[in-house]
Amino acid sequence: METAWFVIVTLMLAMYVVLDGFDFGVGMVYPFVAQTEAERRTALTSIGPVWNANEVWLIAAGAVLFFAYPRAYAAGFSGFYLALILVLWLLIFRGLAVELRAQVDHVLWRQAWDSAFTMSSVLLAIVFGTALGNLIRGVPLNQDGYFFVPLWTDFLPGSAPGILDWFTVLLGLTSAVILAFHGANYLVMKTEGLLYQRAVAAARILGWVSAGYTALTVMAVPMVQPSLALNFSRNPVVYLAPLIGAIALGYSLYFRLCRRDTAAFLASSLFIFLMLVSVMFGMYPYILVATTDRAFSLTVFNASTDLYGLTAGIGWFVGGFLLILAYQIYLHSQFLGKVRPDDAH
Amino acid sequence: MTSALLYDRLQFAFTATFHYLFPQLTMGLAFLLFYLRSRVLLTGDVHYEEVADFWTRIFALNFGFGVVTGIPLEFQFGTNWARFSTYAGGVIGQTLAMEGVFAFFLESSFLGLLLFGKRFGRRVQWFATLMLFVGTWLSGYFILATNAWMQHPVAYQVAADGRVFVTSLSGLLTNPWLFWQFTHNMTATVVTASCVVAAVGAYYLLSGQHQAHAKTFLRTGVVVGAIASGLMIFPTGHGNADQVFQHQPVKGAAFEGLFTTEREAGLYLIGQPNLETMTIDNPIEIPGALSFLVYKDLYAKVKGLDAFPRDEWPDNLPLLYYAYHVMAGLGTIFALLYGMALLSLWRGWLFNMKWLLWWLMLCAPFPYIATSAGWMTAELGRQPWLVYGLLRTADGTSPLVHSGNALFTLIGFLGLYLLLGMLFILLVSNIIRQGPASITPSVTHLPQSPGS
Ligand code: HDD
Ligand code: HEM
Ligand code: HEM
Repeated sequence: METAWFVIVTLMLAMYVVLDGFDFGVGMVYPFVAQTEAERRTALTSIGPVWNANEVWLIAAGAVLFFAYPRAYAAGFSGFYLALILVLWLLIFRGLAVELRAQVDHVLWRQAWDSAFTMSSVLLAIVFGTALGNLIRGVPLNQDGYFFVPLWTDFLPGSAPGILDWFTVLLGLTSAVILAFHGANYLVMKTEGLLYQRAVAAARILGWVSAGYTALTVMAVPMVQPSLALNFSRNPVVYLAPLIGAIALGYSLYFRLCRRDTAAFLASSLFIFLMLVSVMFGMYPYILVATTDRAFSLTVFNASTDLYGLTAGIGWFVGGFLLILAYQIYLHSQFLGKVRPDDAH
Repeated sequence: MTSALLYDRLQFAFTATFHYLFPQLTMGLAFLLFYLRSRVLLTGDVHYEEVADFWTRIFALNFGFGVVTGIPLEFQFGTNWARFSTYAGGVIGQTLAMEGVFAFFLESSFLGLLLFGKRFGRRVQWFATLMLFVGTWLSGYFILATNAWMQHPVAYQVAADGRVFVTSLSGLLTNPWLFWQFTHNMTATVVTASCVVAAVGAYYLLSGQHQAHAKTFLRTGVVVGAIASGLMIFPTGHGNADQVFQHQPVKGAAFEGLFTTEREAGLYLIGQPNLETMTIDNPIEIPGALSFLVYKDLYAKVKGLDAFPRDEWPDNLPLLYYAYHVMAGLGTIFALLYGMALLSLWRGWLFNMKWLLWWLMLCAPFPYIATSAGWMTAELGRQPWLVYGLLRTADGTSPLVHSGNALFTLIGFLGLYLLLGMLFILLVSNIIRQGPASITPSVTHLPQSPGS
């Protein structure tokens, strides 16, 4: 049961990164590829109907983590206090930018929200990568199961690390370029004309950069957290996840070249999904690894709620999840294809 | 109180109160919009469609602010209340997760469809509005179930390690406390929405714009508002007060300002609690009324604060007392004002009664004040408990987040939300200034999309 919920949380987070990931990506590449007002409006309309529903995957994943693993939620959220509040503030700006830009017809108003959108998207993509880096590297949990990490210490992933060190910053950058690539793929799929041309160019470059950063990250991970690799070698079947992920990245570069736009986007989605899944596989059963004393780590077993709660939860979750799939598929299918000009609200 | 605890509390209170300013309009308006869209669907009336489109715009703006201010709340349980989350996550995490899965996806998906899908026609718009109504009210239900458990814990057991776990999911969702809390709170959202709709109508009528729309706004707002503000007092307000006296007698004594246990206890309408003398200064009191309301008996004995140990008293008595009296006082005023407006509407006088229209216009902010005061009553009155009778607020904080960090983020939220508040006012006035007529009617001429 504990493991089932670990799979669920992983799945929800991965859905979040794939779906809201392209919203961030659009935010990052948008000032470069969308230059006229009409293009910008098209780019924003491409994510307009879906971004909020995408963001809910994060909220719901957070709430499910809270419910299934209260200890891990409490320790993690209070331990990364400053970084998390920063995420909240950035999410506020991102949401406002998407919602408010069209409300007032004035160049300065639009420019202000354009920059807010881009900056919050870039920073959020970096922060989320950094957060993943922190999970992999581990945190200084004490024996009560709490920790507090400052924003940075000496930039080394030792036993008293900060949120930022060379490793987590590397993951932050990797996540930013991958999501930018993903967002560019999304724009390519949704747009036409000059905007389309520029998005294609951006996606080509970002694709190669992503591949480079991914390679660096894959080399860095075992240096910082050897147990991750250990988990893999214990159960070689799970090598399939990162392997298929890497193939997906390759395919998405290939589809990009031969202009199969939807396929390229789907391949980058699969790549992101599987990368996250591989990390979580590697972590299992740990949720928060202690850099202090391995025994203080929080695992799916010692951080979870009791069996009744987990079992009752499965009951409603299955039904709820099917409902979510139903409306998400309905929503996305209604807006499939290129952005229509009459959709802007 | 340690300073970290103080900042944590202020931050939660401030961000929750600010967040709730938006959902209360969202939920009430979703109800009214569903009525309006149903009318459009049944009669095909373009006038009603313009009205619905206008309020949909305000709804969307308001919803956006509700979303961005809601996310911090969800995460603050972990950031600032880590020991509480560890302790009670097994219980309140259930309802919070259910809210995410069942309500938030529904709301956000169908709002996207409603706003960006004008081309799908009326039936889809009607259906999306229905789903928004269901989604937002489910949100209210799950979050109130969470709060109700903190007010009145049920269906739990304490494990060996001291944490609490649910023993029955259905027990948690049918907490008896929830019945009056949900009906009272949801009726309050309808009051808020009706007051806002009527106020904009009054404003247009008084300033001579959009007459036809203004009259529809007023008719809808006044009729629904009158019914809802009556329900606020009886049975729902009374039902809430009843269960407080039954299960949280200290809270009741504190918000009524009853310092000493009395037979034939009176109800204070006006007066200031004096903490030195433990009495109410310059009171205006209805003798025996409290005894009657609580026990249906003018001479019954009602327990005062002196019947409880000092360390179980809520720690901010004056604020609690004023909050309660502001809510109940405003509730009485709304019922009177809307009763009068309903009467004038029925007799056909309302649209010419300038002074009453002025009152209806200026009334718009007051439901927000009443609601915030109501939450202060519920939450301050729960002190010193975080989970009533089980966990003290002082034992719920994050152990390693020190006061400097909490103060920094508190100040950050204050500044950020000041900006948000100004933006919201600016943008709402903008929409009101443009008015309903300028809104391009949705594509009514296109054939309706098949199925919906
Ligand atoms: C428009 C808003 C509004 C109005 C006019 C009233 N209330 Fe209220 N009241 C609320 C909005 C509200 C609220 C914000 O919705 C609360 C806070 C917590 C909750 O669930 O509902 C609430 C809570 C609340 C509580 C506290 C319950 C608790 O401690 O958990 C009591 C005793 C009352 N109400 C009683 C009344 C009475 C006797 C009223 C009429 C005269 C009244 N309310 C009018
Ligand atoms: C329904 C969900 C809610 C939950 C689960 C909840 C929970 C909490 C928690 C954890 C605290 C901090 C600890 C404490 O001081 O007791 C708190 C305090 C507070 N909340 Fe709520 N709250 C909810 C809704 C609201 C809303 C909607 C408002 C206002 C509109 C509100 C107003 C307050 C206030 C004023 C305090 C401060 C009390 C004090 O610190 O003395 N709450 N609540
Ligand atoms: C302290 C507890 C609370 C938490 C943790 C919380 C959390 C949230 C979150 C995360 C959202 C955004 C959802 C999205 O992205 O779509 C939201 C919106 C919403 N919340 Fe809250 N909320 C709280 C208090 C309340 C209360 C007391 C109510 C009503 C009784 C309420 C009703 C709503 C509604 C209707 C929405 C939908 C849109 C809107 O905000 O207008 N919330 N809330």
